[in-house]
Amino acid sequence: MSGLAYTLTDSATMLRRNLKHQLRYPSLTLMLAGFPILFLLLFVYVFGGQLGAGLGVHGNPHGDRGAYLTYVVPGILTVTVASAALGTAISVAMDMTEGIIDRFRTMAIARAAVLTGHVIGSLLQTVAVLALVIGVALAIGFRPTANPLEWLAAIGILVLFAFALIWLSAALGLAARSVETASNTPMFLTLLPFLSSGFVPIATLPAGLRQFAEYQPFTPVTQTVRGLLTDTSIGTHAIGAVAWSVGIALVCYLWALRLYNRRRAADPK
Amino acid sequence: MVTEPDGVRAVIGVTGQFSAVDNLLTGAENLRLMADLRHLGRRAGPRRVTELLERFDLTDAADKPLSRYSGGMRRRLDLAMTLVGDPRLIFLDEPTTGLDPRSRRIVWQIIGELVADGVTIFLTTHYLDEADQLADRVAVLDRGRVVAAGTPAELKRRIRGGHIELHFADPRALREAVGLIGTVPPDHEQLALHVPGDGTVASLRRLLDQLHAAHIEVEHLSIHTPDLDDVFFAVTGHPTTEPAKPSQEALAQ
Repeated sequence: MSGLAYTLTDSATMLRRNLKHQLRYPSLTLMLAGFPILFLLLFVYVFGGQLGAGLGVHGNPHGDRGAYLTYVVPGILTVTVASAALGTAISVAMDMTEGIIDRFRTMAIARAAVLTGHVIGSLLQTVAVLALVIGVALAIGFRPTANPLEWLAAIGILVLFAFALIWLSAALGLAARSVETASNTPMFLTLLPFLSSGFVPIATLPAGLRQFAEYQPFTPVTQTVRGLLTDTSIGTHAIGAVAWSVGIALVCYLWALRLYNRRRAADPK
Repeated sequence: MVTEPDGVRAVIGVTGQFSAVDNLLTGAENLRLMADLRHLGRRAGPRRVTELLERFDLTDAADKPLSRYSGGMRRRLDLAMTLVGDPRLIFLDEPTTGLDPRSRRIVWQIIGELVADGVTIFLTTHYLDEADQLADRVAVLDRGRVVAAGTPAELKRRIRGGHIELHFADPRALREAVGLIGTVPPDHEQLALHVPGDGTVASLRRLLDQLHAAHIEVEHLSIHTPDLDDVFFAVTGHPTTEPAKPSQEALAQ
């Protein structure tokens, strides 16, 4: 077998290992899903009436709770992606404290396999969590206009963005000196969707915050998903969403690999 | 080593002092993980796993999560995982530290079998009797330096040592024995006397004849040949383990 084939089989082995971890201890997955679902219910049922009234959806100046639900679901989906990425930092950091990582280092294993296993595992976990959140959104009355192709494109954009954030989170998990730090540093990711077009239209934000919201990655991703699912205009946001995702993924992949190769597993003493 | 790191990694096995196992998986899953990473294949992999579970007496615990493993089972699994790839050179860092007697016996037996198969084992231990029993060559490390090296027999020959320990029923017999032999101060509390000897049968017989002729009753005696503990104390010059961890490296091949 060639080097590439070994990299693939080793990565698949590591992926199986991470999926077994997830299935055996599903509490982390449920916690990651619980956070966006809680926000969805909170924003729709507590703030939704008021926020919906301020929305001008489809030229209709007076929105209601239902209109806000339609508006906020793409935002919630980016929260879901950010929240699921948090799990990667925790599981990577936890893994680094385990003796098994020391053993992996003494074996002839493709260098990237351990991290690839974590990242693909987290990506599948994210897809499962996204399905759960979309299910809840549909159950409480979210009615997207998307055809199957648009659905596929929307999921594709979310998965690509998730891939980028998961590599970022993996790097943060490797950079952290303890599991506690690793669970805190990526927290800013869950804040960013609130400073984007996810929950309120950017135009309503004060200057400064508005510029920030316009130029940060969550806005183009939200706008692209919103456009695909609920037929609003996408414009150049699709390019922005893909460019941000590919850029973050590439930089963080290289960063994470560098950290992994340099770092010794935390001394168990 | 520098030019072919993965070539080296493929033929060595390392078992560290702290168990390098995946605590979230079962014993069988841990072994299967190793088999997959060693690219043993779909048929050879599971067969090797079953074989190792049996050999390490872990078959009953194969499907239990590691949280329910004892320290000894964990260590055995650790060593089994090292053996999955059939390494030709194995590094074992204190493999029996803290093990129960049963696990220790299994580990010793397996090390013996591996050596018989031609595997080279590089073992570090604080138990000098372990080095004596398992190793062909022993290097004594003190504060990071090799202070003595050789076969256990060579090392033992290098030092004077060995004594016969006599125990007496009452202080009077002890006093008489001291008067007769009287080279070393007696242990009055234990009613014991250490008589230096070279460990030969002739010297033992001479000593007993002497005592018999003087009508001194010995309650019981024990013979101490120099062991690696004596060697260690002799070559390091200090009898207790000091902060710079003294350790014994043993090489069995």
